[in-house]
Amino acid sequence: MDIIVLVKFVPDLVEDLEIDAQSGLLDRSFLRLIPNELDEHALEEALLLKERHGGTVTVITVDTGDVDESLYTAAAKGVDRLIKITGEGFDQGVTNQALAVIFQSVMGDMAFDLILTGTQAVDDLDGFVGAMLAERMGLPYVGYVTRVEAENGTMVARKEYPGGLNADIEVRQPAVLGIQAAEKPPRYVVTSKVMEAMRSATIDEIEAPETPIGGSLPVSRMSVPETGAHAEMIEGTLEQIAEAVANRLREQGILA
Amino acid sequence: MTGEVCVVAETLRGEVTELTYTMLAAGRQLANGLKTRLSAFLIGHQVERMTASLGAADRVVCVDDPALVEFNPQAYLHVVAEIFGRHTPRVGLFGHTATGTDIACGVAQRLGAPIAVSCRTFTTEGGEPHYSSLICGGKIIAEGPLPGPCCIATVMTGGYKAEQGKVVKAAPVESLPAPEGLDALRTRFKRYIEPPAGDVDITKQAIIVSVGRGIQNKDNLAMAEELAKALGGVVSGSRPVIDQGWLPTTRLVGKSGKQVKPKVYLALGISGAPEHAEGMRDAEMIVAINRDEKAPIYGFAHVGAAVDVLEFVPVLTDKIKHIHCA
Amino acid sequence: MIERINFWGIPHGVHLLGYVVPISCAVVLIWRLGARARLWWKVGRPERRWDHIGLRLRRVAKYAIAQVKVLRQRFPGFAHVAIAWGFFVFFLGTALATIDADLVRFLRGPVYLGFKVLLDVFTALALVGILLAAYRRFLQRPERLTLTRAFSFSLGLVFVVVLSGLLTESLRLAAVAKDPMLQPGWTPSLAWWTPAGWVTAQIWLASGLSSAAIDQLHLAMWLGHVALVGLLFVVIPIGPLLHVLTAPLNVFFSPIDRPIGRAAPAAATDGGGAGTLRAFTWAQLMQGDACTECGRCQDACPAYGAGQPLSPKKLVLAIKDSLAPTAKSMAGNGMPAFVGGVVEDPTAWACTTCRACATECPVLIEHVDLILDMRRFLLAQQRADNQLTGALSNLRRYGNSFGKSDKQRAKWTTGLDFKIKDIRKQPARTLWFVGDYASYNPALTEATMAAARVFQRAGVDFALLYDAERNAGNDVRRSGEEGLFELLVQKNSVAMNKCEFQEIVTTDPHTYNTLKNEYPWNGRAVQILHYSELLDRAIREGTLPIRRKLGCTVTYHDPCYLGRYNNVYDAPRRVLEAIGCRVVEMPRNRDRALCCGAGGGRIWMDEGQIKERPSESRVREAAGLDGVQIFVVACPKDLTMYRDAVKTAGLEGTIVVKDLIELVEEATREENAVAPIEAATTSA
Repeated sequence: MDIIVLVKFVPDLVEDLEIDAQSGLLDRSFLRLIPNELDEHALEEALLLKERHGGTVTVITVDTGDVDESLYTAAAKGVDRLIKITGEGFDQGVTNQALAVIFQSVMGDMAFDLILTGTQAVDDLDGFVGAMLAERMGLPYVGYVTRVEAENGTMVARKEYPGGLNADIEVRQPAVLGIQAAEKPPRYVVTSKVMEAMRSATIDEIEAPETPIGGSLPVSRMSVPETGAHAEMIEGTLEQIAEAVANRLREQGILA
Repeated sequence: MTGEVCVVAETLRGEVTELTYTMLAAGRQLANGLKTRLSAFLIGHQVERMTASLGAADRVVCVDDPALVEFNPQAYLHVVAEIFGRHTPRVGLFGHTATGTDIACGVAQRLGAPIAVSCRTFTTEGGEPHYSSLICGGKIIAEGPLPGPCCIATVMTGGYKAEQGKVVKAAPVESLPAPEGLDALRTRFKRYIEPPAGDVDITKQAIIVSVGRGIQNKDNLAMAEELAKALGGVVSGSRPVIDQGWLPTTRLVGKSGKQVKPKVYLALGISGAPEHAEGMRDAEMIVAINRDEKAPIYGFAHVGAAVDVLEFVPVLTDKIKHIHCA
Repeated sequence: MIERINFWGIPHGVHLLGYVVPISCAVVLIWRLGARARLWWKVGRPERRWDHIGLRLRRVAKYAIAQVKVLRQRFPGFAHVAIAWGFFVFFLGTALATIDADLVRFLRGPVYLGFKVLLDVFTALALVGILLAAYRRFLQRPERLTLTRAFSFSLGLVFVVVLSGLLTESLRLAAVAKDPMLQPGWTPSLAWWTPAGWVTAQIWLASGLSSAAIDQLHLAMWLGHVALVGLLFVVIPIGPLLHVLTAPLNVFFSPIDRPIGRAAPAAATDGGGAGTLRAFTWAQLMQGDACTECGRCQDACPAYGAGQPLSPKKLVLAIKDSLAPTAKSMAGNGMPAFVGGVVEDPTAWACTTCRACATECPVLIEHVDLILDMRRFLLAQQRADNQLTGALSNLRRYGNSFGKSDKQRAKWTTGLDFKIKDIRKQPARTLWFVGDYASYNPALTEATMAAARVFQRAGVDFALLYDAERNAGNDVRRSGEEGLFELLVQKNSVAMNKCEFQEIVTTDPHTYNTLKNEYPWNGRAVQILHYSELLDRAIREGTLPIRRKLGCTVTYHDPCYLGRYNNVYDAPRRVLEAIGCRVVEMPRNRDRALCCGAGGGRIWMDEGQIKERPSESRVREAAGLDGVQIFVVACPKDLTMYRDAVKTAGLEGTIVVKDLIELVEEATREENAVAPIEAATTSA
């Protein structure tokens, strides 16, 4: 089974996010970029499938800056091929629409059974990469997948619905699946193996083709929501806060 | 439907979901602003009884076919894309859900239309529709126009009350035939897997103590349980807690879990990201404890304290216990 | 002049048995030992341990001859030393006698008498020791001992060997007493140079046996003694008595090339770590055979005491038991897994690396090194719990286990009313390496700020690394992530190399340990201090004005990485005394302190099955002391662990946990100064 995993890098929400005064958009200068958490789940699911059925796993990402370490980590986990797509201006961020176009152009002549990618990412605005890519490539797409299995020559994807309900959807490969969670949390690979991969693995660099990207969504401005504007914040010692909360609970009729 | 605002109704197992009404409220606002009509688009099988509740729309358009009885990504995408291709709306609204997002992006791609996801609210300015989305875990608001001739958007809860989309009026129903090609698809609905028979139905609880990443590890769950016990409530959790296996999926609150409306919702160490907010923002009183004063949850909680959860919860539990004894 | 008569009373020819039997049995002993030792080298990795012979021999004298560690426990220690020294003396005596017999005669007159009394007294002591040991083994029956038949047999054999020796000598004395011509120069007044023998001889003298009968009995007893000695020799290498040979060997080959605070380097094989016995070094495998099964390590182990699946004793014995099967299967390719097979994964993860085991071990086994090697393997195999790997992922990405931004590392300083220097921009005498817990844990911010104030009052010229500081890596290494440890060391070293300072102070003993013992300073003269050492110095030099004596009664808990690992016991106690605290020691103090349970990465792991938390046991120990109001700690992890323990053990109001720095802060605060807001957890 040959699987391609698409990874994109997103702002790390651990850091404070700020708006750039000039552009009115997210200030990317001090952003830490990390691999999209759901893409890591997609990678984990791909590796689990490889362990069960053999085959290869390829990771493709767009070079938004500092992506090499994550690629080598993927290699240390067992990924067979690493592809980095370079292009001008990528360090300023790439829209999902553009990603769909770029990924499609690079995967044009690759053979694969499945493309796995995270269903969504925290900075998604102009659509989901996996879903758009699938449509461009004429492939079926199922998102919110938490399990992938091979059953009688086709794939069965377990799709997550609200309220703990799940459904099994049969999908005939080749297909694109949006992963919501892998069957197991993404594995941890020891640093020495990553260092080893840095020495032994190679990253294929592919130049992004010039392609017109139509239908992009304009963003006129970004802002930080006024936090605390709604909640009544209580200050003081823990005792005093507990007292205040208890009073509010009493007012709600919870406590006697 | 051409040039109109069209809401693609969300259904699950033969029922219209709450989110559809939120979408209708949004759609109504947009339709009014654009001075055009609002249509509701309903796909499924034997859908007649579902049409009655969609009165907020000016008309309901149905496509009824046995192949559409359960959600099948390719089938639904095909139907919507075909119909929208022939009768292209100005704005197409989908639910920001497992079913809505599966097809919204594909439809947009096929129409060559831009798509905005995670939309909370809409406005019209100078006859043009505008979106406002909450992204980056609820920390950033992105706004912009929805360009013509057609633009797709996925709608999240929170911007409009579902009540606004529930109108007791029957809207005229039109039927469209299912397009060709529903038999040559590569996705097929196989079966449902029911959620495990849970110990507790958290949607029926009046008092919920909910834990997020802030409790740091499974061992600290005990302090939340104690607080819940002291209050006479139950413990629930956000996605990271359930993913780690610290609580069963029956206790998940959020988009993929349960939607709860308790009298009191104590959010401990929960940031308030949109996926979780969707599950609890309608609670009567939300008390949020999160060390980070900038956590999004304070944007819709009623009461908050920026203190450390692990330090505060035992103190609160003590206080509650003393009140009960007194 | 009296002199020794060689082979007294043994017919010529028969005396040859006195050579043939011991020598041939010694050959068997050596051959059997060799066969066993060959397995260490066959299975184990090579390791260089033949250097510094002089130092190694001195250690053998200290630990294997003088047996100072055995004596850490008075009663069994005395019993064992009595037996062991008895045999040292017997061995020495036999050697001297052989020299006297075959080389140069010197055992005459006073020399002979001295020789006799030495042998005799130690015979008596050995017997007393054996009886005490028997009392312990058969009547007291402590849990930590292995009470199997092999051990009982060994003790019994040793008893009859010594007893037969005594009886032989007593029979000789009885015969000589009856006919002093049998040993020219002997007079009854010399009898008390062989007191035990003489007392025993009275039995024969009073029995009315004829001289001929005594002679025959003597010959029989001598033959019996020789046979038993021969039996002892051949049995030593295959039973519990093997330690007689392997313990001194283990002491000789024990690691001396590094301070105990520096972990053994990882093997170069596959990311390091031991999946089978093959990944251990031959010296580590030898430990299995040196173990005397005394169980002191097990008694001291906090994990074992908590009911977790780790017994340091069982672990070492598992090596012993697996050695032969592993060696046998090396021909084929199916070596039995050690960790994951004989030893289960949770065993390796339960260890807190506190070193209570190695500190107690009389034969210098290094249990923690074994655990570390196993963890390195398990982690590389992805067999660790998610909480640990989550913490490690955070450490790799953010340089702290909390998953918070590295830019937030110095956020705690905003609570101070003065600005601390940035060592990256300005030089300072003292770099304060704060550490993860002190920086990021909100419950500890008060203590960290107290430290800052105290340093300021003491006029310390100190500065911080601010955002450039990363977790020092001590517990990362002890969790088995050697590569990440190296990465952190590199990041911290690069940052520190650009800065000018002469010493480093830290409030965290884990940080202290690794900076002091594991960081490569490359000849740069940097002194690493724990804050208690810095305060001790400041008080002595008079630079820290003590404004009030606190007048409270406290007990002090020695942190594992400060005490056992680095021998800092007195500085904190001096500081406590200087600020007017009366220190009452807990029963388990200094190098016997009970670990709080957080070390070795345990604080990042799933707690697992717990019977009684070591931290709760410890606070109960303290609460049991008369008049002690305050439990003093000197480590941020201790502070959080023990505060929690006081709550969960229900001891709130009985005892309160404070960091040493908080007490010093109180004692050095200006008059009329406003006390900083105390967190609700420090209710006094």
